[in-house]
Amino acid sequence: MAELRIAVPRGALMTETLDLLQRVGIDTAEVRANDRKLLFDDVGIITMRPSDVPTYVESGAADIGITGKDVLMEQPERDVRELVDLGYGRCVIVLASEAGPDKAQEALKRLGVVRVATKYPRIATNYLESRGRQAEIVEVKGSVELAPLTGMVEAIVDLTQTGTTLRENNLVVREEIAVSTARLIANPVADRLKARAIDALLERVGEH
Amino acid sequence: MSERTPSGTRDVLPDEMRELRALTDRTRGTFEAAGYGEVYTPALEFERDSNAATGPGAASYRMFDERGNVLVLRSDMTVPIARLVGTRYSATPGPLRFCYVAHSYRSVGSHRGHAREVLQAGVELIGAPAPEGTVEALTVLCDALDAAGLTGYRVGVGDATLYPVLLERLGVAAERRSEILRDLSVGDFVGVESQLSWLGLAPEDAELLISVPRMRGGPELLAGIDPRLADAAGGLRQVYDALPPRVAERVIFDFGLVRNLGYYTGVLFQVYDDAIGEPIGSGGRYDELLAQFGRPEPAVGFALNVELLHTAVAGEERDG
Repeated sequence: MAELRIAVPRGALMTETLDLLQRVGIDTAEVRANDRKLLFDDVGIITMRPSDVPTYVESGAADIGITGKDVLMEQPERDVRELVDLGYGRCVIVLASEAGPDKAQEALKRLGVVRVATKYPRIATNYLESRGRQAEIVEVKGSVELAPLTGMVEAIVDLTQTGTTLRENNLVVREEIAVSTARLIANPVADRLKARAIDALLERVGEH
Repeated sequence: MSERTPSGTRDVLPDEMRELRALTDRTRGTFEAAGYGEVYTPALEFERDSNAATGPGAASYRMFDERGNVLVLRSDMTVPIARLVGTRYSATPGPLRFCYVAHSYRSVGSHRGHAREVLQAGVELIGAPAPEGTVEALTVLCDALDAAGLTGYRVGVGDATLYPVLLERLGVAAERRSEILRDLSVGDFVGVESQLSWLGLAPEDAELLISVPRMRGGPELLAGIDPRLADAAGGLRQVYDALPPRVAERVIFDFGLVRNLGYYTGVLFQVYDDAIGEPIGSGGRYDELLAQFGRPEPAVGFALNVELLHTAVAGEERDG
């Protein structure tokens, strides 16, 4: 069995994460070949959705993991150690609304509160509160872009890589909240008890 | 379905209770054998005592009594015992040794399964300065863990002053220091590095400050120490040199260990075990806390989380 158990995010970050692990000497061929298998004990990899990575790492079920900064910002109470900014998977968390006169501004001015749909209620709430704006946060699970187009909300807080999806839905970026990239995180106990293995991995990551 | 008990609290039934009781009997036996007398203090205390020791906000649960006094549920046992020493033992010469097995009350984050009501077993050693007092506390800690039947544990040992002193000595301004220490206390090493790289420090100083919080390992860490760190790590070396071998072999030095409780002043420690993903207990020196209660004396103590200890012992049995 491998020395470290690594939580690897499925989805947008997966390919680059597996490329990185391959470069630092972990055989990822079996992971790439099996789309449905989740646990690869020989190489110490487990795969999951990115927002579950901090959960597995915090509990110690995984020693280290890779996930987006957006996920860490949304789950700030997780007791994990953020060790490296891996640089890839760059996205921007933005506040966006329909093109044309900004309905969010209009709502704030006339109604005193803006309705905001998001998959990131913590990030949206913290950002708007820190700017002194009252917001009613509407949490949605699927395509956030639909919410302002149907009149349910005036604005959205979402992650965008190129802005294409926003443009196709007639939405424009009004404010940039934060930049998110992939991060390597560790369980606080594993980071002490398996310090040598983790430091060796970090050193190889730094070289690539 | 409505909740049967508030989130973060739970009922304990006979099978588990028997095991917990056996565990606390064994740790209490170790404490008593080492000369620590068991005390109990009220779960309800005056908010002013809690605030005097740790600043406002340490307690999570506040209420009024029938006269309008603000009462809090204690958030740990160290502050109540400091208060007890100041009021009941004000004229008794030290060192004083006390132990406890008692509940403390914390707030919990959402969806984490963490406990509001935490059963702790611990000791406080008052009037015993570093390094001897620290050595005694670490020894009692390891003896208690051995008595509990835990085999694979390690004790991470750091110093609350090490990194702050280094930051100051290398010319980092006070305001930046507190921001860097805040990032470090939540484990945000990316934040620490990015803050340090913007300060315009000499490259070799910035490099040292980035690498020090990541330094953890055995005594070789002290042997090969950077001269700029040697002073700051002096307290750790004194403690390590005086530890009995059975305790020394459990120690992992951790230069990035920073205080999570406001009152720690020097060497501090955490207990780790492979079977569980969070520290089972923690402790450290609090040389200034007793002064808040009229008895300025150095002190050291630790608390084990009994339920996590139980989980770890069961985990070790399961993993063989």
